Amino acid sequence: MSKGQEKDIGSREQFEERVKQLGLSDDTLIGVYRTMCTVRHFEYMADKLYAAGKVHGTMHLSAGQEAVAAGISMAVCPDDYLINHHRGHGHFIAKGADINLMMAEFLGKDTGYNHGRGGSMHIADFQSNNLGANGIVGGGIPQAVGVGLALKMQKRKEICVCIFGDGAANEGVFHEAMNMVALWKLPVLYVCENNKYGMSMDVERASAKLPLAQRADAYGIPWACVDGNDVVEVYDAMKTAVEHIRSGNGPYFVEAITYRYFGHSKSDRNLYRPKEEIEDWKQNRDPIMRFTKHLLQSEILDEGQAQEIDAQAEQVIVKAVEFAEASPEPDVSTLMEYVYA
Amino acid sequence: MPEITYLEAIRQALWQEMKRDERVFLLGEDIGRYGGAFGLTHGMLDEFGEERVLETPISEATIVATAIGAALLGMRPVAELMFMDFVLLSLDQLANQAAKMHFMFGGRATVPMVVRMPGGSGSGAASQHSQSLESVLMQFPGLIVVNPSTPYDAKGLMLSAIRNPNPVCFVEHKVLYKTKGEVPEGDYTIPIGVAEIKRPGRDITVVANNVMVMKTLNVAEKLSKEGIEVEVIDPRTLLPLDTEAILKSVARTGRLLVVHEACQTGGWAGEVIASVVGSPVFDYIDAPVRRLAGKDIPIPYNRGLEKSAIPQEADIEQEIRALVEGRI
Repeated sequence: MSKGQEKDIGSREQFEERVKQLGLSDDTLIGVYRTMCTVRHFEYMADKLYAAGKVHGTMHLSAGQEAVAAGISMAVCPDDYLINHHRGHGHFIAKGADINLMMAEFLGKDTGYNHGRGGSMHIADFQSNNLGANGIVGGGIPQAVGVGLALKMQKRKEICVCIFGDGAANEGVFHEAMNMVALWKLPVLYVCENNKYGMSMDVERASAKLPLAQRADAYGIPWACVDGNDVVEVYDAMKTAVEHIRSGNGPYFVEAITYRYFGHSKSDRNLYRPKEEIEDWKQNRDPIMRFTKHLLQSEILDEGQAQEIDAQAEQVIVKAVEFAEASPEPDVSTLMEYVYA
Repeated sequence: MPEITYLEAIRQALWQEMKRDERVFLLGEDIGRYGGAFGLTHGMLDEFGEERVLETPISEATIVATAIGAALLGMRPVAELMFMDFVLLSLDQLANQAAKMHFMFGGRATVPMVVRMPGGSGSGAASQHSQSLESVLMQFPGLIVVNPSTPYDAKGLMLSAIRNPNPVCFVEHKVLYKTKGEVPEGDYTIPIGVAEIKRPGRDITVVANNVMVMKTLNVAEKLSKEGIEVEVIDPRTLLPLDTEAILKSVARTGRLLVVHEACQTGGWAGEVIASVVGSPVFDYIDAPVRRLAGKDIPIPYNRGLEKSAIPQEADIEQEIRALVEGRI
């Protein structure tokens, strides 16, 4: 593969016109930038901690995919429900999770969200309606039907956002759930975070017809397929989707095309994709780099301010590691807690 | 006390609980207009409407997953799987998801849901509609497995199952649906995880579940006339299993036979026997501990073959006699 060209981000005027149309204030845009920086630092720190031998289990890092998580969080309300997949750190941070508790869970500590029972792959925070990441590919997709059903029965205004990967779209439950969610017109936003690979399997080798989102047509669900590395484009699609759902029109499907920088998990040696491809995405299409350029070009931030926010985000992660490392391990005597059968 | 069938007892429990608690709803295939494949939910659509008697497409995994999602939001779903065999289509959602959530999320999630499933052979439904998979379900810590043998237990356990904050597999038996027994009209519960001595006796303890309880009781009645007193214990809940009640009984009788319809290999009889053999009660045992289980074969269609695949009363009688008379 030849080295690609830097993605043209468009003119200052185009960007400003777009954010104006979408009603996005400077503060919102700066907040989104901060979120994306925080996710990026969390993921690189996770990798570093793993390399230092401090992580007991596996991890699935979302560096490169930050705009999807951030774009969703801009469009939904804090009380909306979230069901996501194993590569979920970014979604949690964007939903406003306590990063100390996340990091503690990642390191298996008693102070973590799950008291060290879940680890990276199963972080959940029921107080903030984050119903948890799923280690079974596609496992959460049909559960969103139940969440949507309960929201409808309870006549509530919240919606359920269910995020899954391109690999999960080929699980049988995907089709069962799409049918039922459409049949019952449930308030569910399905987001397919297509990072091009299901572990090592290229989406083009795994799926008979692309884009994946057009499968929604079979169930009469409106859909969009967007550049998942353009946070404003992601937000634009999510906003339309959320408005559609909240007005009682039933589900919506958005596919966001993105790319992960790290391997699938800790054992991945990236044998299935060329280094040039990874570098191309990093150098030319990075979601944070592109968004930063917009913010600088439109003078929403200057270089110094952008660096300061990034440094602050890094500090949040450093502090979270300090918190987690100082936290106690779960006592072995508590092994049988939360067991009823 | 009115006599009603096992099937009517379960319906009565569902009906009364739906009246009492508006969070309770039913979902499953053909449970509305059709009234359920066995007629168990007959009349409930008219009474409770489409929102609470939710007819689903043939999508077993998503039926169970829908129950999970709704339970996480505080509803009390009762899902029906038309035949227990179909639980295998939804096993990811039951075993990897519902069973794990409370523990894996550090005690912060509860999943109050019931999945009903009629199992067992005897109706000529052949290999894919006749299995007894309760032993399989016992391999997933976090799934409560309830298995009533009488109309009285069925109603009381169903009310407990719906009110329990955790996922319950409610295993019914097709052959028991038409059996009758006394059932109070009012509200009562039977605690989950508590066995019952269905018949006291001094000579041998027989632990049996669902249809085998009925068969063993018939045998016990017959043997009693000859002076052989059989103690029949029905665990009623298979997970958690009331091992204590079984150990106490065996300590009294000194003999143990476990009878179930599920296939022998990997069946729950092995679990009961291991807990007895590994306990101090073993010192009181006067005879080999034995199991009588379904043969390790798929259930055949032909009536004679089907009967031969699982323990019959004559088999149970023969085993008990051999153990009590010291011939084994």
